[in-house]
Amino acid sequence: MTNLIEIKGLCARIEDKEILKGIDLTIAPGEVHAIMGPNGAGKSTLSNVLAGRDGYEITAGSVTFKGQNLLEMEPEERAAAGLFMAFQYPVEIPGVVTSTFLRTALNAIRKARGEDEIDGIAFAKLLRAKAGELGIPTDMLKRALNTGFSGGEKKRAEMLQMTLLEPAFCVLDETDSGLDIDALRVVAEGVNRLRSAERSMLVITHYQRLLDYIVPDHVHVLAAGRIVRSGGKELAMELEEKGYGDLAGAAA
Amino acid sequence: MAATTETIEQVKTLGQEKYKWGFVTDIDMEMAPKGLNEDIIRLISAKKEEPEWLLDWRLKAYRHWLTMEEPHHWAKLSYPKIDYQDTYYYAAPKKKDGPLSLDEVDPELLKTYEKLGIPIKEQEVLAGVRKVAVDAVFDSVSVATTFRDELEKAGVVFLSISEAVRKYPELVKQYLGTVVPHTDNYFAALNAAVFTDGTFVYIPKGVRCPMELSTYFRINAEKTGQFERTLIVADDASYVSYLEGCTAPMRDENQLHAAVVELVALDDAEIKYSTVQNWYPGDENGKGGIYNFVTKRAACRGRNSKVSWTQVETGSAVTWKYPSCILQGDNSVGEFYSVAITNNYQQADTGTKMIHLGKNTRSRIISKGISAGRSNNTYRGLVRIGPKASGARNYTQCDSLLIGDKCGAHTVPYIEARNNSAQVEHEATTAKISEDQLFYCRQRGIPEEEAVALIVNGFCREVLQELPMEFAVEATKLVGISLEGSVG
Ligand SMILES: Nc1ncnc2c1ncn2[C@@H]1O[C@H](COP(=O)(O)OP(=O)(O)OP(=O)(O)O)[C@@H](O)[C@H]1O
Ligand SMILES: [Mg+2]
Repeated sequence: MTNLIEIKGLCARIEDKEILKGIDLTIAPGEVHAIMGPNGAGKSTLSNVLAGRDGYEITAGSVTFKGQNLLEMEPEERAAAGLFMAFQYPVEIPGVVTSTFLRTALNAIRKARGEDEIDGIAFAKLLRAKAGELGIPTDMLKRALNTGFSGGEKKRAEMLQMTLLEPAFCVLDETDSGLDIDALRVVAEGVNRLRSAERSMLVITHYQRLLDYIVPDHVHVLAAGRIVRSGGKELAMELEEKGYGDLAGAAA
Repeated sequence: MAATTETIEQVKTLGQEKYKWGFVTDIDMEMAPKGLNEDIIRLISAKKEEPEWLLDWRLKAYRHWLTMEEPHHWAKLSYPKIDYQDTYYYAAPKKKDGPLSLDEVDPELLKTYEKLGIPIKEQEVLAGVRKVAVDAVFDSVSVATTFRDELEKAGVVFLSISEAVRKYPELVKQYLGTVVPHTDNYFAALNAAVFTDGTFVYIPKGVRCPMELSTYFRINAEKTGQFERTLIVADDASYVSYLEGCTAPMRDENQLHAAVVELVALDDAEIKYSTVQNWYPGDENGKGGIYNFVTKRAACRGRNSKVSWTQVETGSAVTWKYPSCILQGDNSVGEFYSVAITNNYQQADTGTKMIHLGKNTRSRIISKGISAGRSNNTYRGLVRIGPKASGARNYTQCDSLLIGDKCGAHTVPYIEARNNSAQVEHEATTAKISEDQLFYCRQRGIPEEEAVALIVNGFCREVLQELPMEFAVEATKLVGISLEGSVG
């Protein structure tokens, strides 16, 4: 089976600081990989580089996504190709109603793929169904995107977008941080519902707790810009017990 | 991620196609000789078969104008000296004068309005969509007015001002120049001297106008100024919602537009006046475009009267415009909702004046200025509370949004309160579209220019939602179009 995404020897810097120092990671369709690691290890940097954010210089390595050179694509092209990133800190967009934003995004992706735009009525129906699955009240859809949303609401809104856009590859950057236990369960259920034989995920988290709900196929430890250890879901348990102490040392 | 030559080419064509209203209609025109003098004014007046009093008024205005100076010291605008002798003051499509019934209108003209997306035919309206009556002004004359019968039945007078002068001379005479006198300012004096057409609306006592009224102004002829004059009178306890739209061909030379709008609201009357101003803004190097010098003023004469100005200003090379309310009647209300977008080398100096004279008068000002490219965008607003305006209240909010770092945004509020019981509140913010917001949108598949349009529309939402629904959709699109080429 061909891999969905292949990251080889990826090095990236921001300004003059080397942050990613040779990442190798291959994810097959349907797999869920978790990345754990201490603060400042480069986890968010990795997700930003994958999503195509400005400001990072790629100094070495390659990323192949569905057989395409991901690093040459604009962020919106990556999204159209099926890459979705759930942000650690979703940004507020004042005045832009959540449902309008979602419809704009969905239609932009459909257009990029050569599909017809979805009409207003069909979209409203779809949105209501998806929001219902995630327990999102319709009130929230009428508010400006992320504006004045609580931490939990922001993360739910991210899940809603992920559900609606049906990406092939989801990067979740600390989607669990700042969530109470109920919200965590909702988010995890949302993610699990999207799991399928074609869809892959990269779940970044600090806590074993999330991985109780979203059971990963592989767990990697990212420390000081490198993957220093990989294993099965039991690795997460081990980390929870022992901390990153030794591993962080191993990376230096 | 380097831009390929292909994308550069694409962006170039975008720049040219961006102003899709820029075409010229090829039609036989009747023009007065170039230049301005008393004979030209007599000619305009004669063409319109005006009564003596109106010609006298025009001449008085002209003589006064000659003694005035163009106001360029206080507005934050710079443009070359306008040669008033190098302009045509009268240009009309040949054929008979005055608005015709629809089947008499030159098909070329109908096509023009069709191309502009303006509903000049009285087409069957779809369920759920309200009717809109249109007065179409092409250069110096009104070419068609729709839904006349239906409006007449309701007692509403909706005519070109030239026709109104002939049919309702007393009504016009009673109100013309009473809100904006012929001596008011340089451009208003010029307008009074040479105004060619415009719209007249009278809503009788107790009537709620059964449909939206609108006028579309189109400049077509070269080197022609447009000087329209609009007068709307809402009698006691009446209501009207009126919209004007404006477009012009793309030309390298600058063209002058100096309009006057007067609104009169009597006891318990309400006027909602919306503008979508999309005159040709000039090209990306600042060549060409309309000079837009406009005086708009409302007199809230009656008790509990209300006037609401909503404007979306995206066009013109230079905009000089301050729709104002004189709040004479006790408890009268004035509102000003504005979106002004400037891109490339456009300049806008716009805002409002709220003059509180009556007791418990209230005003509300929401201004959203968006500057991109090398443009300059100034909000200039006056709130004056007179000595008798006890209990008066004003709330002003001015938000500026900058796109890029070569443009300017300025806020110049003037507050004069001469009554201790007045409450005046002013808030102002300036922000930039953040990289984070753009990246977030793009990550969701929304291309950069569309993302900018979306974010700007969000920024303007409070104002755009004041527009009649039919036009809000159009305005939303216009926001995106006018900012094309502003990022990247
Ligand atoms: N814009 C920036 N300028 C300079 N340094 C930066 C910038 N962004 C990130 N860094 C640095 O890069 C390193 C990696 O940051 P990153 O956000 O990727 O870590 P992380 O693993 O996601 O951490 P956390 O667990 O706290 O979210 C940190 O040392 C951080 O300070
Ligand atoms: Mg992080």
